[in-house]
Amino acid sequence: MSGGVDSAVAAARAVDAGHDVVGVHLALSRMPGALRSGARGCCTIEDSLDARRAAERLGIPFYVWDFSERFRDDVIDDFIAEYAAGRTPNPCMRCNERIKFAAVLEKALALGFDAVATGHYAHIVTDDSGHRELHRASDEAKDQSYVLGVLTSEQLAHAMFPLGRTPNKAAVRAEASARGLTVAQKPDSHDICFIPDGDTRGWLADRIEPEAGAIVDRDGAQVGSHEGATSFTVGQRRGLNLGVPAPDGRPRFVLEVRPRSNEVVVGPREALAVRELAGARFTWAGLDPVASGIALSDPTAPDAVAEFACEVQVRAHADPVPARARVVPSTGAAPGAAADADDADADDVDADDADADDAGSPAGLPSAGTLELVVTVQEPLHGVAPGQTAVIYVGTRVLGQCTIDRTVSADAHSDSPSDAVPATAS
Amino acid sequence: MTIYLDHAATSPMPRAVRERYVEALEVVGNPSSIHSSGQSARALLDESRARIAATLGVDPIEVTFTGGGTEAVNLAVKGMLWSRRAQGHGTRILAPAAEHHATLDAVQWLVDHEGATVDWLPVDARGRLRLDTLEAALAGGPAALLTMLWANNEVGTLQPVAEAAALAAAAGVPVHVDAIAAYGQVPLVPLPAGVSAVSISAHKVGGPVGVGALVLRRGTEVEPLLHGGGQQRGRSGTMDAAGAAAFAHAAELAHDELDDRAAHKRALRDRLAQGIRDRVPEARLSTDLTDSLPGTLHLRVPGAEGDSLLFLLDQAGFAVSTGSACQAGVPEPSHVLLAMGVPAEEARGSLRVSLGPDTTAAEIEALLDALPHAARQAVAAGLAARQPRLGR
Repeated sequence: MSGGVDSAVAAARAVDAGHDVVGVHLALSRMPGALRSGARGCCTIEDSLDARRAAERLGIPFYVWDFSERFRDDVIDDFIAEYAAGRTPNPCMRCNERIKFAAVLEKALALGFDAVATGHYAHIVTDDSGHRELHRASDEAKDQSYVLGVLTSEQLAHAMFPLGRTPNKAAVRAEASARGLTVAQKPDSHDICFIPDGDTRGWLADRIEPEAGAIVDRDGAQVGSHEGATSFTVGQRRGLNLGVPAPDGRPRFVLEVRPRSNEVVVGPREALAVRELAGARFTWAGLDPVASGIALSDPTAPDAVAEFACEVQVRAHADPVPARARVVPSTGAAPGAAADADDADADDVDADDADADDAGSPAGLPSAGTLELVVTVQEPLHGVAPGQTAVIYVGTRVLGQCTIDRTVSADAHSDSPSDAVPATAS
Repeated sequence: MTIYLDHAATSPMPRAVRERYVEALEVVGNPSSIHSSGQSARALLDESRARIAATLGVDPIEVTFTGGGTEAVNLAVKGMLWSRRAQGHGTRILAPAAEHHATLDAVQWLVDHEGATVDWLPVDARGRLRLDTLEAALAGGPAALLTMLWANNEVGTLQPVAEAAALAAAAGVPVHVDAIAAYGQVPLVPLPAGVSAVSISAHKVGGPVGVGALVLRRGTEVEPLLHGGGQQRGRSGTMDAAGAAAFAHAAELAHDELDDRAAHKRALRDRLAQGIRDRVPEARLSTDLTDSLPGTLHLRVPGAEGDSLLFLLDQAGFAVSTGSACQAGVPEPSHVLLAMGVPAEEARGSLRVSLGPDTTAAEIEALLDALPHAARQAVAAGLAARQPRLGR
């Protein structure tokens, strides 16, 4: 119970459903502010008091659990490290993966609870055989299935999302009001909870030592300089201050951030278009595609362990894009494992990875480190950065997700492997 | 039905005190008013003050009522410091490291805002002030005051008040003693020579919350915290006659029965300690049974989080505490245990059980039946929270 209206109503519905409910507020900061400020709806003492008041109103016991250290290690430090490595992480997703449905859930299970219920807008469906599936919420505008895409079947088995079938947020507020919950009209929170003023760049600049370096074009020619590569995001156009105009005079965008060489690569907008993305770190939210019976019988890649039609979503509020995904043997070490190797420098990674055909038949699905999930989109995606999570949908169902290790440009200029937007070393 | 074993946090008001309180609330009048209604309230207040003074062997003029224990401590620490500074005795404060937060934070405020300095004096493994370090500190230069607990509020350790006060007196340093945890639990009279001020609180002995007192011995001056009508020595503000009456009644009850209550609690507390040794051998007792408050038992369960222990025991019907201060409901690792040399990880698994006069042997046995399972489950929860397997 964050202190917001969603978790308060979720708790109320869990109580109504006859569960034995205990309210838990997570203390995620060792030094919480006293008062709520701005658009945030969590993490201050005032918010914890709001959560407590809601629990009191519902007549359920209420406790504060201190996960500040784990949150710092697993979410905040990870967020900084990922940015420092030129990646764009989603801290809410990480929090669900590592905190709410891991450390909190496991602590709860150890204390005798059966499940963690949250105010997320997502829906769990149990099929005839008892397998759980994660689906989009009824209210597509509020749907939060993307940030829950990291959950595995084991985590889903102990998750409850009582708001999943709510038509819209207004209905939740009306219900909160009818129940006498004081948070009924509390504003939604939008920002990253640990960055109070919403200034992510400024917050990061205080934590990652900026180092001046070169801005280069796709051929490696220097076209400008920067004060710190990690303050750039793939797809960014403004603030590049390039001294050398592009030959064609067209605007240039950040295509890649290379923290190892401290370079920022820029190029034309079309070079941002991605036709393929891949990652070795993927999970299934329930049954895998083979067990789900959606694997195609005529895979286009001869070595594919599984191939299936799907939709892919690369940001919390992006539109899903039709795609074809395949699970293939990975050619080398997983990029995550290669992170420490010197040869993981961007230019050394062969863009043909995705089409590699030299591995033998894999043991099964999924097996981290030996398999890779490759997603080919039917229409190009823009501004996809390594570190982002691609969530794979089939209809409303979340099939799974993968952390993007590398992308392949849809731009004609990029047909040669060396010009593919490659894996970024972490 | 909850078994209440958190008397050190607040002790329930006995029926007789409640009745006295309600009766006193019917007395109309501001004790400072001249008319006969005011005089009735004043009489109640004065009588209550005299009865509180009697429990401490001091004169009524030496008792200043406050709005609770924290105010009494703040008035003593800040008021004495300001007064001593004005008299040219500097701003150096001596205080043991295992004090209550009322003292810690008041002292730290003086350091941060008033240019004071502080010597945090070490405590030993039982949480007891080390007199050798006090002696060294006193020899190290002039000090404005020494402030110390009579008994530690978390682990119950009794402090060497008489010895410390004698040392301080020899050095000309006045002493404030925070006796909030000790008052009504152990005999404090006669107050040792050299003790200039003593803080006490009503609700720890079955009186109302929001009522306390600072004993200021003759010759001890404090700069007030609150300015206004000058109703009392060192404090302004309308005096709470009914609160004082209830406090006096609760204090008298506690003192009339002090020996019997102490013996009763000590027997049960020692039984609890033995039962824990037998049935929860992994637990470590922090409380020194020979030299502590009779009703307090503090223990650590290595690997457990105190909040999990609390939760599980709460679910099982027991009201207990971690003993340490909370920030937004989150127990902090106890500075007392850290000062005692307990590793931070182990300090997290703290549990304080504090008995009251009505605690029964059956309640202690029930706790002993619940504790082994709760301890093991809390250790499992601690491990799960520290090293989650999911999501990796």
